[in-house]
Amino acid sequence: MSAAPVLALRGVSKRFGAVQALTDVELEIHSGEVVALVGDNGAGKSTLVKTIAGVHPIDDGVIEWEGRPVSIGKPHDAQNLGIATVYQDLALCDNIDVVGNLFLGRELKRRGVLDEVEMERRARELLTTLSIRIPSVRIPIASLSGGQRQTVAIARSMLGEPQLVILDEPTAALGVEQTAQVLDLVERLRERGHAVILISHNMADVKAVADKVAVLRLGRNNGVFSVADTSQEEIISAITGATDNAVTRRAARTGEARK
Amino acid sequence: MSTENPAPLHKTTDGVGGHTVVNPAAAADAIPAVDPRLLVREQGLAGYLSEFGRKMKAGDLGSIPVVIGLIIIWGIFQGLNANFLSPENLTNIAITMTATGMMAVGIIFVLLLGEIDLSVGSVSGVSGAIVAVLSVTHGMNEWLAILAAVAGGALIGSIHGFFFARIGAPAFAVTLSGLLFWSGAMLQILGSNGTINLDSDGVVGKLTTYFFSDVAVGYALAAVAVVGYFLGSFFDARRREAAGVPSRPMGEILLRTGLLAVFTFGPALVFNQYKGLPLAVVLFILALVGTDFLLRRTTFGRQVFALGGSVEASRRAGININRVRITVFAIAGTFAAIGGLFWASKIAAANQSAGAGDLLMNVIAAAVIGGTSLFGGRGRTWNALLGVMVITSIQYGLALEGIATPIQYMITGAVLLATVVIDSVTRKTQKTAGRA
Repeated sequence: MSAAPVLALRGVSKRFGAVQALTDVELEIHSGEVVALVGDNGAGKSTLVKTIAGVHPIDDGVIEWEGRPVSIGKPHDAQNLGIATVYQDLALCDNIDVVGNLFLGRELKRRGVLDEVEMERRARELLTTLSIRIPSVRIPIASLSGGQRQTVAIARSMLGEPQLVILDEPTAALGVEQTAQVLDLVERLRERGHAVILISHNMADVKAVADKVAVLRLGRNNGVFSVADTSQEEIISAITGATDNAVTRRAARTGEARK
Repeated sequence: MSTENPAPLHKTTDGVGGHTVVNPAAAADAIPAVDPRLLVREQGLAGYLSEFGRKMKAGDLGSIPVVIGLIIIWGIFQGLNANFLSPENLTNIAITMTATGMMAVGIIFVLLLGEIDLSVGSVSGVSGAIVAVLSVTHGMNEWLAILAAVAGGALIGSIHGFFFARIGAPAFAVTLSGLLFWSGAMLQILGSNGTINLDSDGVVGKLTTYFFSDVAVGYALAAVAVVGYFLGSFFDARRREAAGVPSRPMGEILLRTGLLAVFTFGPALVFNQYKGLPLAVVLFILALVGTDFLLRRTTFGRQVFALGGSVEASRRAGININRVRITVFAIAGTFAAIGGLFWASKIAAANQSAGAGDLLMNVIAAAVIGGTSLFGGRGRTWNALLGVMVITSIQYGLALEGIATPIQYMITGAVLLATVVIDSVTRKTQKTAGRA
């Protein structure tokens, strides 16, 4: 693991009118590392991701990229640094085939005409590298399942060879097998040396693939845990901000019942 | 990676169980290259046919319903009047359909965005009026007058596009205003005398009256098309094989080339039975080839389809949405103007009723009957050819039977409704089949 983190947030704050969405948030992420970003609804996960992606510029604090302070004012800045974001609504065109979607906005051309052959070859190569399984690269996105669409969207973000990939709830609304496919893909991104920020509500997913869990609560850091030696209950207490929560209550109740 | 033979991916289904032959390269990862549940197309002609059958069931009907409809329509009218399928009548249908067809080509671009342009009829009238006034009344060079009319159409389209894209007004409302505004403009341009007759030996006059009387021209053009298509497909398949991506099997290429030969030499034969190949038809086919290339082989075309699929996805992909939208409306205006020239040529005049009546409905019907979806993102400009053949055949058949305009309007309206119903039902079927 390199000395300087790929991305580091130091004391980042963000306000929307009367709402203090983020307060002095710290976050570090190294290459080849999957950091899960968890928190309750309204904890500031999405806002934090959007500040990194350049959708909402930060008000206070410093964003460091490979140890150097940088300013990310618009989505383009983030993309130029090497940050790719896959949002929850995947932004794929249903009527266009997989190859067309992968290269949408950066089509390859040969003598001024779309180079379908080269795009298809590169698409197959990319999908094979990521072990993504889809029936054909020439069928419209509409024919794919939710999980396949998610993997295509992630693959699309990989075309720019980003150093950091941000995945916003990639497994929400997916079935068991599809979730497994996406989690496999996250692991493959890590193997290839990408840094990954994974937003998730699902503790099982987090435990399965993340190295570290950063908990946000009410726009503030509420602890960074190493997944290997933290129990799910500890993370949930950090999310809810109390030891008094559904899990502990149930544990207490079943404990009483046993007596 | 690139040299990896894709063939193993295709030989996977094995009866009901869908037993999977694992790609040797991927076997190391213990992950089958293809999910065994997926439908995999077999190679060769058999695979092509089974894929075709599956598409039919999934509601991906393509041009089949239109072709069947056209055959039925021709059969009925031929039964009623033995002259219907005569070379003379078919030639007249072919020439008449070019005006509506050109306008349909333009409106297909707008429909691909999922929008509508209601002004094309009026714009075609303006175009005819501009040419007539400039060339006949003011004695301007006819080529310059044509250029002015077509440029005028493009400008009008851009204005509509501006209000739609930049101001954010619904395209429906903008072009509905255009419908009235531009028909007013046409009347204003024509002035008090109402009708301006065109010189039937002029450029515009010749558009629909010139025939390549030499029989060789028709056959030569058909041969060029067939050979060109074959060579294009052949070299594309070769390049795909070299790059290691799936290519069309030789059998499929030959089948397609054979079909194309039937559909080019057949019409050439029919035209040559009468006066020869009409210039108007050649120009229409050239417009179809050009726009089809634009839509399917260029970045701009890809952007049009992307916008028809998802505006948000297009925006995030960095597509300049306003530019594409304005360009699309400008194209619709340009083709409306070109259609107007063909129309003026057909009636050898610019008059006050140009672009009125059922013209707009026929244009939209032609595009939709041909298979362009009103929901956006699905269609090809070749759809205009089939659609306009259906519409014009119905008009000519009814006219031969001496059926009056009111009934013609009602029948055209019913045909349009039937088409829209097919489009909507197809879309539903495709949704349940996971293809929309």
